Amino acid sequence: MEAKTKDLWVFVETNEDGTAKNVGIELLTPGKMMAGKQGGALVAVVIGSNVDAAVKAASEHGADKVIVVDGPEYAHYTTDAYTIALCTLVEKYGPTSMLIGATNNGRDLGPRVSCRLHTGLTADCTALDVDEESGNVAWTRPAFGGNLMATILCPDHRPQIGTVRPGVFKKSDAGEAKAEIIKEDIHVDAADIRTQVLELIKEADGENVDLEGAEIIVSGGRGVGGPEGFEPVKALADALGATVGASRAAVDAGWIAHAHQVGQTGKTVGPKLYIACGISGAIQHVAGMSGSDCIVAINKDPEAPIFDIADYGVVGNLFEVLPVLTEEVKKARA
Amino acid sequence: MNMLVCVKQVPDTTEIKIDPVKNTLIREGVPSIVNPFDGYALEAAARIKDKDPSAKIVVLSMGPEQAKAALKECLAIAADKAYLVSDRAFGGSDTLATSYIISETIKKVEELEGKFDVIFCGKQAIDGDTAQVGPEIAEHLNYPQVTYGLEAEVDGDVIKVKKEVEEGVEVIAAKMPAVVTFTKPAWDPRYPTIKRKMAANRAEIPTLTAADLPTIDLTHAGLKGSPTKVKKTFVPQKKTGGVKIKEETAEDSAKKLFQLLSDASII
Amino acid sequence: MNFHFTPDEQDVLDMLHDFCVKEVAPIAAEIDETERFPEETWHKLAEMGMMGVAYPEEYGGAGLSYVNYIGVCEELAKHCATTSVMVSAHSSLCCWPIAEYGTEEQKQKYLTKLASGEWLGAFGLTEPGAGTDAAMQKTVAEDKGDHWVLNGSKIFITNAGFANVFVVFAMTDKSLGTKGISAFIVEKDFPGFKVGAHEKKMGIRGSSTCELVFEDCIVPKENLLGELNKGFKVAMTTLDGGRIGIGAQALGIAQAAIDDTVKYTKERVQFGKRISQFQNTQFQLADMQAKVDAARLLIYRAAQAKQDHEPYSHLAAMGKLYASEAASDVTRRCLQLVGGYGYTREYPFERYMRDAKITEIYEGTSEVQRMVISGWMGVK
Repeated sequence: MEAKTKDLWVFVETNEDGTAKNVGIELLTPGKMMAGKQGGALVAVVIGSNVDAAVKAASEHGADKVIVVDGPEYAHYTTDAYTIALCTLVEKYGPTSMLIGATNNGRDLGPRVSCRLHTGLTADCTALDVDEESGNVAWTRPAFGGNLMATILCPDHRPQIGTVRPGVFKKSDAGEAKAEIIKEDIHVDAADIRTQVLELIKEADGENVDLEGAEIIVSGGRGVGGPEGFEPVKALADALGATVGASRAAVDAGWIAHAHQVGQTGKTVGPKLYIACGISGAIQHVAGMSGSDCIVAINKDPEAPIFDIADYGVVGNLFEVLPVLTEEVKKARA
Repeated sequence: MNMLVCVKQVPDTTEIKIDPVKNTLIREGVPSIVNPFDGYALEAAARIKDKDPSAKIVVLSMGPEQAKAALKECLAIAADKAYLVSDRAFGGSDTLATSYIISETIKKVEELEGKFDVIFCGKQAIDGDTAQVGPEIAEHLNYPQVTYGLEAEVDGDVIKVKKEVEEGVEVIAAKMPAVVTFTKPAWDPRYPTIKRKMAANRAEIPTLTAADLPTIDLTHAGLKGSPTKVKKTFVPQKKTGGVKIKEETAEDSAKKLFQLLSDASII
Repeated sequence: MNFHFTPDEQDVLDMLHDFCVKEVAPIAAEIDETERFPEETWHKLAEMGMMGVAYPEEYGGAGLSYVNYIGVCEELAKHCATTSVMVSAHSSLCCWPIAEYGTEEQKQKYLTKLASGEWLGAFGLTEPGAGTDAAMQKTVAEDKGDHWVLNGSKIFITNAGFANVFVVFAMTDKSLGTKGISAFIVEKDFPGFKVGAHEKKMGIRGSSTCELVFEDCIVPKENLLGELNKGFKVAMTTLDGGRIGIGAQALGIAQAAIDDTVKYTKERVQFGKRISQFQNTQFQLADMQAKVDAARLLIYRAAQAKQDHEPYSHLAAMGKLYASEAASDVTRRCLQLVGGYGYTREYPFERYMRDAKITEIYEGTSEVQRMVISGWMGVK
């Protein structure tokens, strides 16, 4: 399809309580820059049920306009309802580009929408810009497990769509909420929603492993040596109010659940502080955490590749370093 | 129960190294494997077949002739039949074009193998990591989809999928025919058996080409049919290492680390 | 002369290699440390069809070549010697005599379950007073008309704690010496049979090595294996084949030691150089690899001869003698190259050395092999 405007859209995914997921708000930051370069407005698209909080957040963080689709059928994410709503909006307004957070739902929705609109989608981007020659969005993403970066263009189809990893961009400071709010009433028949959520089984230990939203992550790898080796890792995480992560080696060994896995086959994270304990730094792990603001590595092998990307690297035995560090943190916070 | 599993042959990205001088990927000598997530999809199908031995598992791959090795691997593990779709006209396809070709191929394979109740895919391939082809196949075929599946169970005309979500696991029911993409479950996929391996070595795997797909519109395939274009590729800049801390004792190192982190207001 | 596996044979070994990397190697140190029998590995290998590689499909096997089976023993030993001997004691020492000497009924009843890996097998010949001198059997079997009654004990029996079926030897006519020994198939649940104390060993520590005790053990008449009083031949021919498997085990251990040493010496820096850059390291490793390859040729020559139904007793003896002594020598020298780290249990080198030693002892000591070889040479 043809673009009807030069507007850039950011799909703001919502939580079930009507608040915005972090990534949607984060994407308003590069969205603002790109919309500026493309000469259009920055539009946030909020779909959900009772989403006033998300609309307000989008407005406060730089959206020029917010398009809202609010209805009970969107309370829980379904591929069918969200695809219908988003495609209806795109067809009506014709934006030139659209950013979607690369969450589980974003990665479910993006390809469905781009395929229905017959346009290009670039997944899991870690850098965004506008190509100076052509004015197209330059989507940059890792491939081959992070060994290679590719910059992708979508020259002839609109909108250009990309999913962007959470944690890559930072939220702007909240300002005055002055966006124009546009309410769209799109109703989806129950019969058109072909999947149904039967139940939600929470994590067995009652713990919500929200690595993508975590500010601090303390991760353990092969070097922790066993399930009990995660104890000092967890102790430090508790002291810091951090979430526990793990490398694939530790997960594959069965020492900790897959939900904790950071890396190519696990979660992509971008906390303020990432503490890697006994993790060698295989490229597949690094691909999932290199967007962290500050990386600390604790490893007894001075040659471990993790030290190449660490801001602070401690060469030493994690079982000796972590308890002391935990005590220091506790003392400072007492 | 008639199941199709879509698989891709990929380079084992854990074996890929960077040429330190030219700063490019060294692809020589990197083994080709079945995309691990597709292996989980095959295992999910095999588990359905364990309960219902009359079920059939067909595997389909798009790629060059060498990709038959991946299909043979699937036959050795659990699949009953395998098809390859391959044509020069398909070269350079992006995900949209690829999913279109595969969905057209599925229609052809269904003429030979009967209509599929479910189409299983890996959530993504470890070379491209796009996670797009599965949902796009679902869209082309106008089927419901469930992504991030861990395991699947058939219940009448519905497939019940345990799906990984941020909060835990959701159980989702989708009316069949449906597309399900799979992520890594808590268990390991089964190993091939000697008997199946020997049979796979002797199996004939048909290659379908564009000529075998009567309804395909080739303007939607290959490089020309792909909306996305690769402008450039590059090896990411290695971040240079930061401060190395190695004091006399581990205790001193830990204290120094704490000091540095607090001085920088990180904690 | 053909020094290659067929493509099918190579596929089986590649499949096994992948399995070993994921399932066998990661637990090798743990089962050694804790002396735990890797029961789960047995069942997984059974699923794949690896517990009866060379037996016909109609008896539950995979129907592949004997050479392929020997390759399986070698590959397993590269990752874990305990696992290799679990398979070779089962396959060479229990499945084989039943396949070779068993009646059709015995094969249907036992071989099908053994070769498929549903059951695990073991072999009981050695006694406290009858090691290399196997003729000094004290275990007796009395003919009670419709059944046999066994009394006595066996020691150092591989797989004993987990085996379902044992091929055991007992005197049926004491006056005849070795010509009065017979072989029997004993199930673990036969009345009067029990598995005794577990041995604590230097190496292959995960292997279940126990005593077997027979106290008025009742064995059905039809469980006589082979002809009455022809058991000594059953034992000796079984061990001839077993030796090829043990030789392959020695090869695997030695090759693993070399491979790990090569890797280590390319990483370890001393005097400002990787230690692989020192000529001593290079020459030592070259000698070791040449030795292991020579042993490999002997082992596979024996395996091929057995597969071709040619005389192989002396070939098996030469192969096992050379391979087991090579393994002991190579693992010791590899540890020396690695140095202090090699002596720690953080690395596998000391385990390789301990595991290698047994290959010079079981299924015929090196001295027995020399007896077999010199006897074949006619040196009297």
